Amino acid sequence: MAGFLQQVVEGLGAGAIYASLALALVLIYRFTGIVNFAQGELAMFATYIAWQFTHAGVPFWLALVLTLAVAFAGGMLIERVVVRPVEGAPELTVVIVTVGLFILVNAAAGWIWSFLIKDFPNPFPRGALEAGGVGVAYSTLGVMGVVAAVMGLLYLLFRHTKIGLGMRAVASGPESARLVGIRVGWTLALGWGLAATVGAVSGVLVAPLLFLEPNMMGGVLIYAFAAATLGGFDSPAGAVVGGLVVGVAETLSGAYLDFVGSDLKVGVPLAIILGVLLLRPQGLFGRAAVERA
Amino acid sequence: MNAKGGAFLEVEDLHAGYGDVRVLHGVGLSVGQGEICAILGPNGAGKTTLLRALCGMVRVRGAVRLDGVPLAGRSPDAVARLGVAHVPEGRGTFMPLTVEENLRVGAYTRRDRAAVRDDLERVYGYFPALKKRLRQQAGSLSGGEQQMLAIGRALMLRPRLLLLDEPSLGLAPMVTRELFGIVASINREERTTVVVVEQNAHLALDVAGQAHVLETGRIALSGSAADIRADEQVAQSYLGYRI
Amino acid sequence: MAERRGTGRRGPVPAVRARWRGLLLTAALLAVCAAPFQLVPFRVFQLTMVLVYTVALIGLNLLVGHGGQISLGHGAFFAVGAYGTAIMMFHGGWPYPVTLPAAAAVAFAIGLALGVPATRLHGLYLALVTLAIAIFLVPLLKRFESVTGGSMGLTLAKPRPPAWSGLAEDQWLYFLTLAAALLALAVNHSLLRSRVGRALHAVRDNETAAEVMGVRLAFHKRMAFAWSAMFAGAAGCLYTWVIGFVSPDSFTVNLSITLLAGLVIGGLGATWGPLLGGLFVMFVPSLSQDVNKAAPGVIFGLLIIVVMYVAPTGLAGLVRRAAHSFGRTLRKG
Repeated sequence: MAGFLQQVVEGLGAGAIYASLALALVLIYRFTGIVNFAQGELAMFATYIAWQFTHAGVPFWLALVLTLAVAFAGGMLIERVVVRPVEGAPELTVVIVTVGLFILVNAAAGWIWSFLIKDFPNPFPRGALEAGGVGVAYSTLGVMGVVAAVMGLLYLLFRHTKIGLGMRAVASGPESARLVGIRVGWTLALGWGLAATVGAVSGVLVAPLLFLEPNMMGGVLIYAFAAATLGGFDSPAGAVVGGLVVGVAETLSGAYLDFVGSDLKVGVPLAIILGVLLLRPQGLFGRAAVERA
Repeated sequence: MNAKGGAFLEVEDLHAGYGDVRVLHGVGLSVGQGEICAILGPNGAGKTTLLRALCGMVRVRGAVRLDGVPLAGRSPDAVARLGVAHVPEGRGTFMPLTVEENLRVGAYTRRDRAAVRDDLERVYGYFPALKKRLRQQAGSLSGGEQQMLAIGRALMLRPRLLLLDEPSLGLAPMVTRELFGIVASINREERTTVVVVEQNAHLALDVAGQAHVLETGRIALSGSAADIRADEQVAQSYLGYRI
Repeated sequence: MAERRGTGRRGPVPAVRARWRGLLLTAALLAVCAAPFQLVPFRVFQLTMVLVYTVALIGLNLLVGHGGQISLGHGAFFAVGAYGTAIMMFHGGWPYPVTLPAAAAVAFAIGLALGVPATRLHGLYLALVTLAIAIFLVPLLKRFESVTGGSMGLTLAKPRPPAWSGLAEDQWLYFLTLAAALLALAVNHSLLRSRVGRALHAVRDNETAAEVMGVRLAFHKRMAFAWSAMFAGAAGCLYTWVIGFVSPDSFTVNLSITLLAGLVIGGLGATWGPLLGGLFVMFVPSLSQDVNKAAPGVIFGLLIIVVMYVAPTGLAGLVRRAAHSFGRTLRKG
């Protein structure tokens, strides 16, 4: 039993990271109807920026704040420069542009920081909290705490600030939002900035567990997609629940299903995506299927 | 007349359309401050396009001035920030937001928080039905309530000019009558200038000071509401009844 | 799209144009046949790989360019063909000529099977699923070590040129691949001219209208998926012949993304898009890698975005446009 619980805890830890990247995907989808295939790479790039800061001697938490600010500005810039020209274009065009962005950002990171792996500092203390034979590493607790904090902040932003209200108005109807005087273009850019920031958090959290290298987020992205699909692409809460479920499903099937083992775990997101799409395309919490013809 | 020597809202030789389809062919009209102006006319005459042209939702050629400030060529959000509130066809309700949030979004461009709070109460005063449903999702409201919400949201902008597109559409006659009564009292109490596009000419002429009849993208007839009502030809062709 | 625009602007003297086109094609074919005798073996190998990619891109073009569907996992079908061929030759001892139709058939069948969920998925989700499949494939290949050789892969003897031909190995492989590529072009051509092609275009241009007009949407989307997989599988088979070695790391998701990038840059839905894309996929990395290991990625990424903005029909569209204005200048002069 303790062994099982231990696996669940590990799964939740991994799931929290998937959740944060899924949250970034969902934010952009909600605002622009775009699934951003470059989301993971943007997170990776931001993580390199954090690495650069800490490398220059900036204390970790300050480096994180600076990184998030850069990520926010970068996300807005990308929306204005790269995404704006294809706004309203066919889905195929938009997907291809984000795939292009994926390749570009990945290569840019390799160009600037090389493809050699780098050590990324772990901000959380070593060791684990023991309770009833189950050990919860402080880093796992830290990851979950940070993701919970991000969730909380987003909730406050959307529910209790004017900007958040404006963003939700734009998400629900850009045309009507314009009529009440909201600058829709800037609000969409804001959404991208926000998503890039949330994604950066996932990058910075995952980097100490993996190694920092340009392809770091490729593996995480597919889990985040599974999480967003499971939760519903238009539901931020769904993304978080989906992320946790995907994380637990992954660890449990790796531990208890012999034919999966540790090497075929990446089949879990594929199975989840296919299962959800065939059974409940709108996801658990979503309103509508991702079907924009 | 205002300080700059023109009417409050001035439209001159306005052309507009969608892509290659031209809908307005040189519309000119003027509305005085604090007036209600009704735009009448058959389906497809360009009434909705005229409102859309006033607030920047379609590309235009020609001049639109509000209190001397040119509006043509501005984006809808910029026009809204100049104090023009547009209640579009279909009402433009933000369905997933609550009733209160919809009203607050209406005041998005304003910075005077205390006044916004007062205005909320004022809107509830006009539309007591909304106050009972504050926390409800706007999507769950009835058609009439949604129209009230749309007008309430427009009022939250503290508009200098209120544009109403077919407020009676899809509403029961009783509800429509009540709605027009409220529009009239808003106009009386707040001195808000109103341009209302309406199929239901009776109601519109009851509250309007002046009226324009639009036909295939041109103004066919202008005059005071009473004159228009008295004009037998108009009555026959547009208002659908004989006097 | 470029096709239709082309027909619309056809010059006043189509007979002359057709003759020019025929001359050009003959010259091109002669050059293509003479090339392996003029170039060093490494260049011949590179050109052979261009043809391999071209075959794969013909398939991807059918799905993405003509069908408007998104696949981020076409490398998986390529891998199916490559591994299928390797396994048939390594474990079954099959003679290599048999493996081409066999690999194509296997890929077609798998494409058809995967096409069932694919037809129910719309746009984005198809992209997600195909991406997930491409990612899943590598560990899957490593897992069944006894069959696939695990991470070490399988090494095979390359097809040997028959004595009567008097060709060197690289030249023989080149002509084999060229023949296969021409066959693929012919199959693709007749596919597009058949009901399948018309249905695909109808689906791409307006799915709802196509459905209303009675195009059997699901059926044609599934067939497009299967045909497209077949071309990729055939390309994979050629790859195994030419390289003589397969390993999981050659078929990562990067391959899928590179293929899509090549097609977009070459020209979506354009006749010459796959060939131009194949040239691009082969030569841009090898030419730019000396600058920086990341240079090919930067070029690919930038070009994809720019192409989507300014020239949705890619290089093929640009070439066509250039040829048009050149032709006009000629006629005027």
